Amino acid sequence: MIAELGLAALWLAAALAALQLVAGFLAVRQNAPVGEGELALLVRPAAVVQGVLCAFAFAMLIWLFARTDLSVKLVAMNSHSMKPLVFKIAGAWGNHEGSMLLWVTVMSAAGALIALIERRLPERTMQATLAAQGFVALGFYAFLLFSSNPFERLPVPALEGNGLNPLLQDIGLAFHPPTLYLGYVGLSVAFSFAVGALLTRSVTPDFARAMRPWVLGAWIFLTVGITAGSYWAYYELGWGGWWFWDPVENASLMPWLAATALLHSASVLAARDALRAWTIMLGVVAFSMSMVGTFLVRSGILTSVHAFAVDPERGAFILILLAIYIGGALAVFGLRASTISEGERFALVSREGALVVNNVLLSAILGVVLLGTLYPLLTEAMGVRVSVGPPYFDPASAIFALPMLLVMAAGPLLRWRRDRLQRVGSPLLLAGLVALAGLVVASAWASPGLLPLLGLALGAGLAVASLLPLRGRNLRRLPLATLGMVVAHFGIAVALIGMASDSAFSEERLAALKVGDTAAVGPWKVTLQAVSPVAGPNWNALEGVMAASYAGGEPVLLTPQARTFWAPPQETTESALDTRWNGQLYAVLGKAADGERWQVRLWWKPFVTLIWFGGLLIALGGVLALLGRVAGDLKRRAIRRKGAARRAEVAA
Amino acid sequence: MKRLIVLFLALVTLCVTLPVTAQDTMPPAPYAYRQLDDPALEARAQGLMETLRCLKCQSQSIADSDAPMAGDMRHQVRTRIAAGEDPEHIRQWMMDRYGDYVSYAPQVSRTTWPLFAGPLILLAIAALLMWRRFGRRG
Amino acid sequence: MKAWRFFLPLAIFLAFLGVAAWQLTQPKDEFVHSAFIGKPMPQFAMRAAAADRPGLALADLKDGKPKLLNIWASWCVPCAAEAPQLAALKAQGAPIVGVAIRDRPEDVAAFLSRYGNPFDRIGADDLSQLQLAIGSSGVPETFVVDGNGVIRYQHIGDIRASQVPMILEKLREAGQ
Repeated sequence: MIAELGLAALWLAAALAALQLVAGFLAVRQNAPVGEGELALLVRPAAVVQGVLCAFAFAMLIWLFARTDLSVKLVAMNSHSMKPLVFKIAGAWGNHEGSMLLWVTVMSAAGALIALIERRLPERTMQATLAAQGFVALGFYAFLLFSSNPFERLPVPALEGNGLNPLLQDIGLAFHPPTLYLGYVGLSVAFSFAVGALLTRSVTPDFARAMRPWVLGAWIFLTVGITAGSYWAYYELGWGGWWFWDPVENASLMPWLAATALLHSASVLAARDALRAWTIMLGVVAFSMSMVGTFLVRSGILTSVHAFAVDPERGAFILILLAIYIGGALAVFGLRASTISEGERFALVSREGALVVNNVLLSAILGVVLLGTLYPLLTEAMGVRVSVGPPYFDPASAIFALPMLLVMAAGPLLRWRRDRLQRVGSPLLLAGLVALAGLVVASAWASPGLLPLLGLALGAGLAVASLLPLRGRNLRRLPLATLGMVVAHFGIAVALIGMASDSAFSEERLAALKVGDTAAVGPWKVTLQAVSPVAGPNWNALEGVMAASYAGGEPVLLTPQARTFWAPPQETTESALDTRWNGQLYAVLGKAADGERWQVRLWWKPFVTLIWFGGLLIALGGVLALLGRVAGDLKRRAIRRKGAARRAEVAA
Repeated sequence: MKRLIVLFLALVTLCVTLPVTAQDTMPPAPYAYRQLDDPALEARAQGLMETLRCLKCQSQSIADSDAPMAGDMRHQVRTRIAAGEDPEHIRQWMMDRYGDYVSYAPQVSRTTWPLFAGPLILLAIAALLMWRRFGRRG
Repeated sequence: MKAWRFFLPLAIFLAFLGVAAWQLTQPKDEFVHSAFIGKPMPQFAMRAAAADRPGLALADLKDGKPKLLNIWASWCVPCAAEAPQLAALKAQGAPIVGVAIRDRPEDVAAFLSRYGNPFDRIGADDLSQLQLAIGSSGVPETFVVDGNGVIRYQHIGDIRASQVPMILEKLREAGQ
């Protein structure tokens, strides 16, 4: 019964999405005045009810998983009665169908929220926006109902579920995918706003203000998702790498880059009514990057794809959705963009000028990543296989990233409209001196490559420069949004220092150790004290006990493991980390080298943790900015309500 | 054999798995897990190994893989660097046998020139956009 | 202020769509093909991998007769599946030499006694050196080498029963 209720709710939600689309579209076409036209009145309620129904369907799916209803195919395939409850629930979205349902649920919930609270924009624009939202949702409902029905019953209930994949029973992995999903879906809201504004030709600062919290929210989730994913790969892969420019990683990076650009151009539009067409295009591009990423990962079209999620038929479905939405939006953009006037003008040396430069450079980085990721696909069509990796991505993106970071140091200090560089010269000189000092210190310490060296110097300078906007301001009266910007920019500097420091100063030691032997890496001395078998709930492991002493100090014990799972059979390396304020020791136990010696891999990575610490700071900055924006919006509404009440009193 | 799949984007089940299929029982090649004694030579070897693709893995360099064949490739790289061979010469040797696929560092050729033209074109577009916006009014 | 530039994003997107759609309909070729076809085998000499067969060196391949060079290992599951096809090829007169990758003599002996021994010679490639030198990326793979020691064809993966005539044809072509 639960499954049928869920399915019925899903069908109803799909019907409401269709209603939302048709009513919104007709309302926009008829050009009905606000509040008139019976159909137009239906748009908002349809969006709200659709959101409720979809959430209900998702709740039903979670319920099915929580009670392990093995008559439902999806549950039987992906769950197991012996799993802990939290992983049963997480199992609801740990598969293709469930994750698509989560996707539409979040999307329709966002649509419902907009329909309920967003009153700033002209009603026609809102109707067009909600119609676009309904249109996108409709495609995903079709995908769910026709090719990936999560509520499908088995003819005969299974006796036990399939899914006891130990690797999925990891709290990080259970919540990492939905985090990225929330980011992707948030960008779909930005997309709908952009299409709505484009269709009704009302690309205004109000549009940017309405869209901005959604972009911010999406961007926060993407930032957290990428940061967590990178740390996970770092400790789980066992070779000390944290970013591989793998197509799957790039698929999550590209929407982030587009969202970052969009965030900044929306700020210009909101504050200064400029960059209209550009903002619209970024809104479309950001969501298309989410969909392209989803397509690349799910279709199995690129090497580096997860065997489980891959299915060419689903790939074809996503590609068709991609063609309809993104192709349609870009076609409308092509037709309409020339009718949108450019908006206010401004000088190169101004806040807007710096933001434009940043935007163009971010988009260029996006272009490089997209080209490098898709290029193997292109040559495979010609029968040649090529690999594009770090030796390409690192320098090609640095060409654009380095000037971008320079502009980023100066931009927040500039005034809107027009400014003089001399005015901000002396504080920037300070940042420049710090960068120079960083350069000298780093090259004296070791002889890193050019890029890490530049990264260290720029990171140091940027860290100082990012704090400069706080100079001379009363911190208590500082707007939260400004504080958010400072924190996020500081986070970029911190992460940059971490990345550069890891490539410049990391030390590696591979050794074959007998029990009792000692190996040195950097300032560390690591002694292998014992290797013994350990048994877990569904794995066996060899565990190495290592005593690691930093610069002759008190030793700490590290216990890396080499695990072998038996259901399903898999091997994993569990690296052991010791984190100090100035870096991490990374230890891995490998195979037996011969009868009595063990392969041991050790790394000393100075300041590597700054990468993820910086990532979290960036996300925190986003949270502060979001809180600031929402609080400001609420305050404005309250003032408007009071004003209206007073006017009513006066009139009475 | 060992397929280490880094999957950290989202979609569904993420795993880093080595499906345990048949495995050889031979010990790894001498220089698969052993660094060269000369740090300068080891650094050159490491630089090359990080940019050669593990042919048995999904998307990893031979420097990040536990696959035995990757170990044998590391052994070959290290011993040849120790014998004084130039890293780029070894890369070319590998590419002569496995094509462009084995190298993560694409080189300008008839099939790869757009990879390098792309950023230049983007640079030109960026310059053009800036000029349109700011350049014409002195 | 030309309007066409606003269609540029659409054009790029359509190009992507075209390539992606075309690729989606193509069967995916996951193999890494050797770029060494048509080139002479490198200099090599390997110890014997099994007690009852001699080892393998370049000179053995340059005796004027085309041969199949089978790269395999006792620990490789598809290699066992391939054994009947190799036996069939042998029965139809194809000379086969083997290269055992990363293998112990006792394991090789056990494998051959269980699945049969179609090989005239078996060399032991303990460090995958010959494998790397001819651009082979896995086991099993079968190379057709002509009488002058030039690689003429590479078959990746286990030989299926239906592919036996094709392999024989390649061998015959190499002999002309």
